[in-house]
Amino acid sequence: MTRTLHRFHGGIHLPDQKALSLGRPLRQAALPSELVLPLQQHIGAAAQPLVAVGERVLEGQMVARPEGFVSAPVHAPTSGTVIAIEARPVPHPSGLSALAIVLQPDGEGRTVEYQPHSDWSALDPSTLRNLIRDAGIVGLGGAGFPTAVKLNPGPHTAVETLILNGAECEPYITCDQWLMQERPEEIISGALIMRHALQAQECLIGIEDNKPAAIAALRSEVARRGLTEAIEVVEVPTRYPMGGEKQLIKVLTGKEVPTQGLPIAVGVVCHNVATAASVHRAVELGEPLIRRIVTVTGHGAAQPGNFEVPLGIPMGELLAQAGGTTAGFSRLIMGGPMMGITVEQPQAPVIKTANCLLAVTDDELERRAPVRPCIRCGSCAEACPVSLLPQQLYWYAKSKEFDRAQDYNLFDCIECGCCAFVCPSNLPLVQYYRYAKTEIWAQEREKRASDQARRRHEYRVAREERERLEKEARAKKKAAALAEGESDDKKAAIQAAIERAKAKKAQANATPPATDPPAEQPAGEGAAPAEEKH
Amino acid sequence: MLTAIFAVAALAVAFGLLLGFAAIRFRVEGDPVVEKIDALLPQTQCGQCGFAGCRPYAEAIASGEVEINRCPPGGETVVLALADLLGRDAAPLEGGEQQKLKAAIDEQTCIGCTLCLQACPVDAILGAPKHMHTVITTECTGCELCLEPCPVDCIAMVPVKLEIATWRWPLPKPPANREEGPRP
Amino acid sequence: MAVISSPHLHSPAKVSGVMLQVIYALVPALLLEFWFFGWGLLLNLLLTLAAGYLFEAAMLQLRGRPLAPFLSDGSMAVTAVLLAAALPPLLPFWVPVVGMLFAIVIAKHLYGGLGYNPFNPAMVGYVVLLISFPLEMSGWVAPGGWRLHDFGLGDSLNYAFSGQLPPHITLDAITGATPLDAMRTGLGLAKTVSEVESRPLFGLFAGRGFEWVNLLVLSGGLWLIFKRIIPWHTPVGLLGGLFVTASLFHLVAPDQFAGPLFHLLSGGAMLGAFFIATDPVTCATSNRGRLIFGAGAGVLIFVIRTWGGYPDGTAFAVLLMNMAAPTIDYYTQPRVYGHGGSE
Repeated sequence: MTRTLHRFHGGIHLPDQKALSLGRPLRQAALPSELVLPLQQHIGAAAQPLVAVGERVLEGQMVARPEGFVSAPVHAPTSGTVIAIEARPVPHPSGLSALAIVLQPDGEGRTVEYQPHSDWSALDPSTLRNLIRDAGIVGLGGAGFPTAVKLNPGPHTAVETLILNGAECEPYITCDQWLMQERPEEIISGALIMRHALQAQECLIGIEDNKPAAIAALRSEVARRGLTEAIEVVEVPTRYPMGGEKQLIKVLTGKEVPTQGLPIAVGVVCHNVATAASVHRAVELGEPLIRRIVTVTGHGAAQPGNFEVPLGIPMGELLAQAGGTTAGFSRLIMGGPMMGITVEQPQAPVIKTANCLLAVTDDELERRAPVRPCIRCGSCAEACPVSLLPQQLYWYAKSKEFDRAQDYNLFDCIECGCCAFVCPSNLPLVQYYRYAKTEIWAQEREKRASDQARRRHEYRVAREERERLEKEARAKKKAAALAEGESDDKKAAIQAAIERAKAKKAQANATPPATDPPAEQPAGEGAAPAEEKH
Repeated sequence: MLTAIFAVAALAVAFGLLLGFAAIRFRVEGDPVVEKIDALLPQTQCGQCGFAGCRPYAEAIASGEVEINRCPPGGETVVLALADLLGRDAAPLEGGEQQKLKAAIDEQTCIGCTLCLQACPVDAILGAPKHMHTVITTECTGCELCLEPCPVDCIAMVPVKLEIATWRWPLPKPPANREEGPRP
Repeated sequence: MAVISSPHLHSPAKVSGVMLQVIYALVPALLLEFWFFGWGLLLNLLLTLAAGYLFEAAMLQLRGRPLAPFLSDGSMAVTAVLLAAALPPLLPFWVPVVGMLFAIVIAKHLYGGLGYNPFNPAMVGYVVLLISFPLEMSGWVAPGGWRLHDFGLGDSLNYAFSGQLPPHITLDAITGATPLDAMRTGLGLAKTVSEVESRPLFGLFAGRGFEWVNLLVLSGGLWLIFKRIIPWHTPVGLLGGLFVTASLFHLVAPDQFAGPLFHLLSGGAMLGAFFIATDPVTCATSNRGRLIFGAGAGVLIFVIRTWGGYPDGTAFAVLLMNMAAPTIDYYTQPRVYGHGGSE
């Protein structure tokens, strides 16, 4: 183990608080009265429901199929009846609702017949990827990117390094640590499958050095299987945000993921250790992603610990199963204290990316100090793991100079929260960046909409002009005819009327009565433009 | 004395030629400023600025006739963008910030008169005479020009529904010190 | 509904804490300064603090800001302490008051308050006094002179408010030139550096009294660096810049240019390096920028002391570099992760 580690700029040391949830053994969460399965639990397009209300489903049955390439299906975590497909509160900072399939468990636990593939090494990477995609696996570390997409490097890209991320750098969270300590065989099996799917040359597992038991467990598993040549378990320093994909890649390989790019651009693919374990279950057991390990912790939770939970269990229910809240409880957070999102509605379900349920007390937050003006102390720039200048981004976000914010690489910000953590003025810096990012996206949407509106308006103006000219031409013609002689004109008019009647008759016979005779319309105010346009 | 006069005269001629040459050589077709302003406007064609559409307003701004704060649909964003483009002071928006609305036709009441079709500046209403009309919501700019012509008042402006995909983080409450003032 | 953004954790470091630490770090040096230069220093300190408090409160009121959080942030106190530490100890009472008027009202609040001021307020106040009242600002109490002549608190008060000295003391008896003054005058009279430095005023290595005070300033500064209150880059840049420039000239012409030790420890360079140039609001932001900022200030101090119109140049040097800070920031942006290049 003589790998030379690199370092990333900045980062901070945090009190890890991990012992809080490691005191108890894993508990199995009891089935709740209903499971809420949002159609979007991943990055990409929302899944499309495959079931109807009232339909009975089996455990492991796909209830929503992926829509498009970057998407993931949803499976029923247990057998039961679909009682609704409607908007339900989901864990999102906005507190808004989103479409979800609501399942009432019948408690029978009847499963679909799982198709194990113990001979996966004989399968080609593409087949493996499809297995993983159909199992609904997404990144379990928090981002939720569909795993099958990440396992597809493209035809001409060689993958040098597969990295399994076991850093788990956020304080409080221990679900990955528990998994590494108790189920190392699943992680290693998953790593081998992923390595095969990617045809990667080497596989590294990066773990922060505050988890010696996890490191030892994985190392002995690697040794037991005689894989020391293939898989290397690397101890990395404990420094937040070590578990950030870009940071871990830098530390382990010295390579930097280019801005706006993916790790594959430098020949690296990075997956969470829990994702690897679920890949193992999907391929070797045939079981789709229907449950995960969740850490329920914080001083606001009465009996913190790790739980194996069916996806879709309401967070409040899970918290209740962990003994409920303590007296000082103030806030429920999904994820860690640095990047987690506040959950306003406890009926929001545990989704695929929910690694931790953090019930905090006021004392833990230390947020009560008033916000003061920035004194440009530069602590934020020192802490930033991406070497940004957070104080400049803050100025420009606040003054809505989004162009300048982008000049200062706003979109390279990973929202890790280091800057806001160290800020002596207590500025909510990350929220400023999120504000600026979502504003910029909204402006881009509005720009597209206004460009579209301009084109439509210009088209309409052109059409009106054309019609006016045509009308004038007709009027001129008429005037000319009038000048030629009144009798002629009268004759002509009668002739024309006869002609029209004939035509009308012929047309009425030719076309089904439901359709409007187009000839009678006063030239084209109607539906046409939408189709005519492009 | 004479030399001085000659020198000045010669200089005048030289610079005159230079300017004349530059005027021809670097001649700009049309008025690009109008294009740039028009590109920033939201293209609702709503006429709330007092002009017949976005482009006329853009022309009026370019000629310096009007303030840059008369576009309610564009909101503060457009005022700031215009201020930035033209180097003018960003005046507060006339009438304040507006909620984003889109037209919706009550299809029970609609009599199919096509008057709203003729009013819509972006052809975002679908329908035929004596047939029910409907709004193509994605194309509707929320200009409200269809409201007035409707003889049965069956068109209502409905707020755009908040969705997770288009949700925006709010600006944090500013620190107590002050709100404005970027520092370069 | 109020949206709460992550992170949910915050470090306990607070602006007021930072300011307090800065003041603590200066206390030993202030005590020693008092030992050498007498009650005038404490009087100045009280005056700057009181005036500063009044001006700060008045300006906050005028600008419609809440009083409590800003009066308690400690930034005004730091300005007051720094100005008092820089002022000559024997002054009419209005001099520190006018200094704070410029520091707080003009340099700080008219620019938008804490965080928005481009210039270090204490140095603006000091420079205004230096330029406007050269006579008052040039007389320093001779080190230890106040005890020799039994010049107590009452006498200091009396002098500050009425301009009267006790009958048995003349102004010349208790004040004298500072080492920088003496060096400047001496060299102007075509004496050599060693001739000037042979006077008892020059103490062991850089001026009686001043050398020890400055050593305590240095240790306070090192403590701040150790506590990570200030970055090491600015002081290292400043002292390094001054040291290198002074050494070069001293090596070339040792008779005409004082040595680096004298430059580092006799005037305001130490205070400037650790307590003034490090003011985060007016300094450069990146570490590379701070090195450049410091080095620039160091070189400017030497230039002003040697060829300028004033014996010490720390305040001017810092203010000049304050002006350059945005430009330095612009050219020393760190390379962002994933943006080309590699380490």
